[in-house]
Amino acid sequence: MKALSQKRRHPLAAIALLLMGLLVTGGLYAAATSMNEAKASTTTASASDVEEGGKLFAANCATCHGMGASGSKDGPSLVGVGAAAVDFQVGTGRMPMQMNGPQAMKKPVQFNEQQTSQLAAYVASLGAGPAIPADDLTNGGGDAAKGGELFRTNCAMCHNAAAAGGALTQGKFAPALADVTGKHIYEAMATGPQNMPVFNDANISPEGKKDIITFLKQIETTGSPGGADLGSLGPVAEGLFVWVAGLGVIIAFTIWLTSRTS
Amino acid sequence: MSATSTAEPAFVAKTKAGRFTDFVDSRVGGSGILREFGRKVFPDHWSFMFGEVALYSFVILLLSGTFLTFFFDPSMAETHYDGSYTPLKGVEMSVAYSSSLNISFDIRGGLFMRQVHHWAALLFVASVAVHMLRVFFTGAFRRPREMNWVVGSVLLILAMAAGFTGYSLPDDLLSGNGLRIIDGVIKSIPVIGTYISFFLFGGEFPGTAIISRLYTLHILLVPAMILLMIVLHLFMVVIHKHTQYPGPGRNDNNVVGYPLGPVYAAKAGGFFFIVFGVLALMAAFFTINPIWNYGPYDPSPVSAGTQPDWYIGFVDGALRLMPGNPFGWHVEQVWFGHVFTFNVLLPALVPAGILFTVMFTYPWIERWVTKDDREHHVLDRPRNAPTRTAIGVAGFVWYCVMWAAAGSDLIATHFHVSLNDVTYWLRALFFIGPIIGFIVTKRVALALQRKDREIALHGRETGRIVRLPHGEFIEVHAPLDEYKRYKLVGFESPQVIPAQPNEHGVVTRKEKRRAFLSRWFFEDRVAPATPAELEAAHGHGHEAVEAAEGSKSLTH
Amino acid sequence: MGNHSDGSPNHSGTVATAGQNEVEKFQDPGIPPHRLRLADTDPKAAKRAERQVALLFGISVVGTLIFLVAYFAIDLGNDSSIATIRLQNALLGIGTAFAMLGIGTGIVHWAKALMPDHEVSEERHAIRYEEDRQAAVRIVDDIVEETGIKRRPLIRNTLLGAVALAPLPAVAIFGDLGPRPDDKLAHTMWAPQDGKLKRLTRDPDGTPIKASDVTIGSAFHVIPEGLNELQEGKLNEKAKSVVLLMRLDPSSLHPSKGREQWGYNGIVAYSKICTHVGCPVALYEQQTHHLLCPCHQSTFDLTQECKVIFGPASRPLPQLPIAVDDEGYLVATSDFHEPVGPSYWERDEHERNINS
Repeated sequence: MKALSQKRRHPLAAIALLLMGLLVTGGLYAAATSMNEAKASTTTASASDVEEGGKLFAANCATCHGMGASGSKDGPSLVGVGAAAVDFQVGTGRMPMQMNGPQAMKKPVQFNEQQTSQLAAYVASLGAGPAIPADDLTNGGGDAAKGGELFRTNCAMCHNAAAAGGALTQGKFAPALADVTGKHIYEAMATGPQNMPVFNDANISPEGKKDIITFLKQIETTGSPGGADLGSLGPVAEGLFVWVAGLGVIIAFTIWLTSRTS
Repeated sequence: MSATSTAEPAFVAKTKAGRFTDFVDSRVGGSGILREFGRKVFPDHWSFMFGEVALYSFVILLLSGTFLTFFFDPSMAETHYDGSYTPLKGVEMSVAYSSSLNISFDIRGGLFMRQVHHWAALLFVASVAVHMLRVFFTGAFRRPREMNWVVGSVLLILAMAAGFTGYSLPDDLLSGNGLRIIDGVIKSIPVIGTYISFFLFGGEFPGTAIISRLYTLHILLVPAMILLMIVLHLFMVVIHKHTQYPGPGRNDNNVVGYPLGPVYAAKAGGFFFIVFGVLALMAAFFTINPIWNYGPYDPSPVSAGTQPDWYIGFVDGALRLMPGNPFGWHVEQVWFGHVFTFNVLLPALVPAGILFTVMFTYPWIERWVTKDDREHHVLDRPRNAPTRTAIGVAGFVWYCVMWAAAGSDLIATHFHVSLNDVTYWLRALFFIGPIIGFIVTKRVALALQRKDREIALHGRETGRIVRLPHGEFIEVHAPLDEYKRYKLVGFESPQVIPAQPNEHGVVTRKEKRRAFLSRWFFEDRVAPATPAELEAAHGHGHEAVEAAEGSKSLTH
Repeated sequence: MGNHSDGSPNHSGTVATAGQNEVEKFQDPGIPPHRLRLADTDPKAAKRAERQVALLFGISVVGTLIFLVAYFAIDLGNDSSIATIRLQNALLGIGTAFAMLGIGTGIVHWAKALMPDHEVSEERHAIRYEEDRQAAVRIVDDIVEETGIKRRPLIRNTLLGAVALAPLPAVAIFGDLGPRPDDKLAHTMWAPQDGKLKRLTRDPDGTPIKASDVTIGSAFHVIPEGLNELQEGKLNEKAKSVVLLMRLDPSSLHPSKGREQWGYNGIVAYSKICTHVGCPVALYEQQTHHLLCPCHQSTFDLTQECKVIFGPASRPLPQLPIAVDDEGYLVATSDFHEPVGPSYWERDEHERNINS
């Protein structure tokens, strides 16, 4: 929002506003007609998007990533990371980074959708890299069983078999994947943000990624058949529960049982 | 046999149940047993119920477990899943895992039974543990109950064995990795480790035999041994009669409480249904061991947060805490061409070995140190045995540090700290935690004893503030009645027994060691208040008390 | 602590009066007088308690009904949805809980409110009586005497010998529970078969991997070619041969002497089986180049040939030497040069055999 207010008097502000208005109306219409359909495709980038993105980049990102995204001691070069990386990092609020820490944290998104796509278009124009995936790859509809197998082999060791997240070294962690959009999951696999390895299309094919997203969305929406899942954290949570809640209730009963009635 | 059938026709039972009893008795005998049991007195206290929780959990385990055996197939043959759970449809897996999934998704009430069974298993071991803590902290293991303490300790180990063999049966990814860890630990055993591993798994890990072998142990051998031990345990409880907490009217020669029939039997019997009900509630609303999340066992994948069930956690935690290369020195050593895997052997065997050795031998250790070989039926309040309580807490803290270490990754993610730092802290706590626990507990116990003494001598604080004529404010203390007071003063406070010469007039080194330990046990002590002290406190003791007495008479 | 072994007050602030155990003690006042309950004195209260107990039993009946309805009315059938299963599970649980808690709390309330609550004192009997003890000891003595075991040491010694040897068959049987280990742990499927080098293939589908597929920052989970086609012992082989394939900037790798050719343009392959107790070490941090084991947190540094930098493992992960074949696919040039996975007694011997 701060970025927005700074740019309010920009000559192109009127055009941006118009575009934004059109996008919002269109977006609302699309949302109203079909809840499942994701937002308008952002794969086609116009020259004005690139230009606009370059300006946003210079104002918000260049401090760390350098002018022309060539990198500095505070941030890596973004040449060749592709639009997907920008869309993931900016779209989940991880970038711009608030402070240096073990890893960039998810936080409220700083840029609106259009600005994000402009930034992505700009970075994509610097060098070839993974593009923002098409909607049909990220909306589910794949083979959940196959996705589950791929997920367990490639992802579960960090993100936990039920995608509840897990610890890495020195304060880093693999986040839980509930509430992450299919698009962001796909982009994370394709670009390997932070310490996550890259799973390029030769490693896990786009179809495979689609299956993984299908699997994740399915286990997220169906929930656990056995009742509350205790965070899907496994035996530690179960042990804690039986000691605190289970024995707690039992002790309450024993106290009632051995007390005298008035 | 029984005499009721022939000789005396005069006595006729009043109720139907009585007549039925008579009928059975005249054929199989046993009136003696009923006479012994029917009105047997059991003391009532909430902390005496944990043994029953364990017993009832075990009964529920047998019931739900029997249901599960009807549908579970312990085969490791390959199959492709064809059940209701779509995220696993068509996935290659073992028959054992597939049948566990079918129990969960395609058999009516199967999921409920599985969850009841697993929650009951966790509760079983937990209640055994809490029961043992109660017995330890109240000194109930002392003569004549040392052997029953040993039987109870064996039961704890059997309960853990039952739990572990059952945990592995579904052949899911989580338990499979657990088995792999066990395999790794077994392989670290010098000389025979590799052979034991091959014999256990019927060849290389994972093989195709382990699940059915564990199944036999889980449903036959281990429960049979548990049952045998429970019978022994209860038999000894009957012989010894229950212990009781100190209090007015209670001493080592009697047992005060409610008769078995009807009150105690009703309470204990009703409690079974309560435990069952609580477990049913847990199974209704809380998922346990969601095997469908973990997927079938495959040696390549692993899930973050791979941990054993809580009762094995302390061993896993110890494995995590051990540094493999502290200060660049390799703990794993090759000597004489053979590998000594101390980085696995030490944490896997030493802490558990120390805990269980001390557990098994503690009654004899304390008997030797205190030279107290009398029968005890009245329990110690934990505060009245400060050193024992402190030893218990130290052991408990030690256990808990290892236990916490088994969840170090979850501590790191949930409290947003570094995984490595959590490990460093727990490594430090592993050594200093028990010491701090010991010192703090002992001081707290002594402080509580002093507080008891204060109350016994000067009465209970009423919270009523009175201003005396000369302007001083005092709080009125209300004296205790004799029953309440006896509860605070009616205990033994053993003293140090210095080294004594043996029959040859020699003070042996062993005896000196015993005397040293005796001093360590009983040097710091708070003696129970005596009537003389009470007299002094009332007569010419504290001004405050005097004043309180005075003001009390004023207000009345 | 000091020399205050006599129990006199010392610096620790404890209270003890001299020789207080000899001083008279408080007399036991006996069991406190019995206090009547409301239900004992007030017939109305008794009636109320009676109704409460009956109500609790009634709740139990309702619980049983809930269970039966949930059991029969909800049909799991084929392909039932998770929500249905969850609903049925919850209702079965609620039904059981009501049924059980109703009975349990009902009985206990009955016992507490209406059954006599006089505390009774029962004398403890000695665990054994002196005459019993003497008789028992005498009987044992007699039995031992009558066997004559003391007078006939030959019988005793041969019996002891026989009993000592009798368990041997059990040990023999135990030895047949599995094959002997021999050197099975020392070899994996990666060894070239008939001179043909094994390709690195993707886990789980078994498709071969080209060197160009592995971009910087990638991590591939790898199984040997032909593993999925194994008819027997597939998991056994997989448990030894799984490998993690990664590519990093070649300048950040520091191969030791003799290992310069084990990687390819910054692509390296390491065993995924932890050298601690065998969990798959699969957590690859692509920026720090650390590998973390999720089971016990052993951390291996890829840039130092997977040296242990944290945690309980003591040995580096074994490296699989790889190269590229003429079609551009990655192949293993040989088996691992040491046994993979956790250490075992004969491991060092096996390693020497492999390298000789």
